[in-house]
Amino acid sequence: MKYKSVFDIIGPVMIGPSSSHTAGAARIGRVARSLFGREPKWATISFYGSFAKTYKGHGTDVALIGGLLDFDTFDERIIEAIEIAKKSGMKIMFIEEEAITDHPNTARVLIGDDQGELELVGISIGGGKIEIIELNGFELKLSGHHPAILVVHNDRHGAIAAVTNILAQEKINIGHMEVSRKEKGKMAMMTIEVDHNIGDEILKKLEQLPNVLQVTKIVD
Amino acid sequence: MFRNVAELVELATSKNKKISDLMIEQEAEVTGRSREDVLAMMDRNLTVMEQAVERGIKGVKSHSGLTGGDAVLLQKYIEKGSFLSGETILDAVSKAVATNEVNAAMGTICATPTAGSAGVVPGTLFAVKSKLNPTREQMVSFLFTAGAFGFVVANNASISGAAGGCQAEVGSASGMAAAAIVELAGGTPAQCAEAMAITLKNMLGLVCDPVAGLVEVPCVKRNAMGAANAMVAADMALAGITSRIPCDEVIDAMYKIGQSMPSALRETGQGGLAATPTGRELEAKIFGIPLDKRE
Repeated sequence: MKYKSVFDIIGPVMIGPSSSHTAGAARIGRVARSLFGREPKWATISFYGSFAKTYKGHGTDVALIGGLLDFDTFDERIIEAIEIAKKSGMKIMFIEEEAITDHPNTARVLIGDDQGELELVGISIGGGKIEIIELNGFELKLSGHHPAILVVHNDRHGAIAAVTNILAQEKINIGHMEVSRKEKGKMAMMTIEVDHNIGDEILKKLEQLPNVLQVTKIVD
Repeated sequence: MFRNVAELVELATSKNKKISDLMIEQEAEVTGRSREDVLAMMDRNLTVMEQAVERGIKGVKSHSGLTGGDAVLLQKYIEKGSFLSGETILDAVSKAVATNEVNAAMGTICATPTAGSAGVVPGTLFAVKSKLNPTREQMVSFLFTAGAFGFVVANNASISGAAGGCQAEVGSASGMAAAAIVELAGGTPAQCAEAMAITLKNMLGLVCDPVAGLVEVPCVKRNAMGAANAMVAADMALAGITSRIPCDEVIDAMYKIGQSMPSALRETGQGGLAATPTGRELEAKIFGIPLDKRE
């Protein structure tokens, strides 16, 4: 079931005019911000399908930038988000893509600064609910509705067991988990959605594991 | 956990519970939140809806200038007392319009189930409020009943205009509202499902064709008629009228119709009313694009 909570239906409280094109876009931007961990210095946003055709009218552009500034769906600053971002020095580019994607409301978000960059593909599936389907070239499924961690690791035996072992020791239940890799034996990623927030100490433990390269948290 | 309307009605009937109660119980179970927390969260959403209606019936204007002020016109018309249809239904229509006018003006609303269809559920709720005098708790329950039916639609079909057309947005919202009105008026869970089925049947095939891609034309007036549709269907169900096609099958039909809709009619601003000469003219005016430069 895609929708689990009644508040996916009666909600979110948001700035208009569109739950999929405004609130959903803000949420995609906010997930990207959360994964990046800081305000990016530049952002290149590609819109596909209905997003590409109607983003100006729906405020999809301002909402997505609002998300990159860490604004929630109901934050009235969303309306002025592009000006706010430009004032703080963010370079922004929007691209209207012609390509047909599986979902009509798709956005590709490429953000970065001199420390690094991040690329993410999000879809807005209706009523403000989103899914992140790709991160830095990895395919994944992330609802954004539960605390989740992303673990980048070497594709070696025992790497997955080592991570889940620590979560088990800490009595953290895994609700949803996916693993993917670019090539056999190279870099791989685990997407783990859990029932409770994972504290910084546990994250440190995970990061110290052999074969684990990076651990990123998304707080509920 | 209920997966479809038949299970929802069966569960409510066998346990002698209201659909709103089942939704509250399921929410608490799935999220691990207490019943009090779940109720408090919905109460906050109700407050947002109230504020949006209050703001809208005082009069707002969208940035494009396409919508705003119709809720005011209708409220004044009701006050004059010379209306033809009925006070409650017109009140529902004006409050649905009020909410969507606020949404179009980038105001704060609560998506039910989406922002483009956010007027129907609160519009009908605040209109039947003056007729049935519900307690605050009953008004919160109204939203859980609406949410339960929307939950089924979202999981078995779609609530996105880009995926399923306006039938998936205003159609779903109207069905949700009709079911919730029936429960508030004292109808049975089965009657709630009949009201939802009757409403949605009359929304099948409705395309999403917003002029200039804005959630304004025809969205605001579709919310108006969605509210009217819900009110009439609720009365029909309370009168004992049933739908020959069961609610779950209507939802399934809606899903399949949505899948076969061309992309031009699914929130791309390329077909339907958006592609009319006036629609194109408005689009050119709003975005400052000469008509001959348009694709």
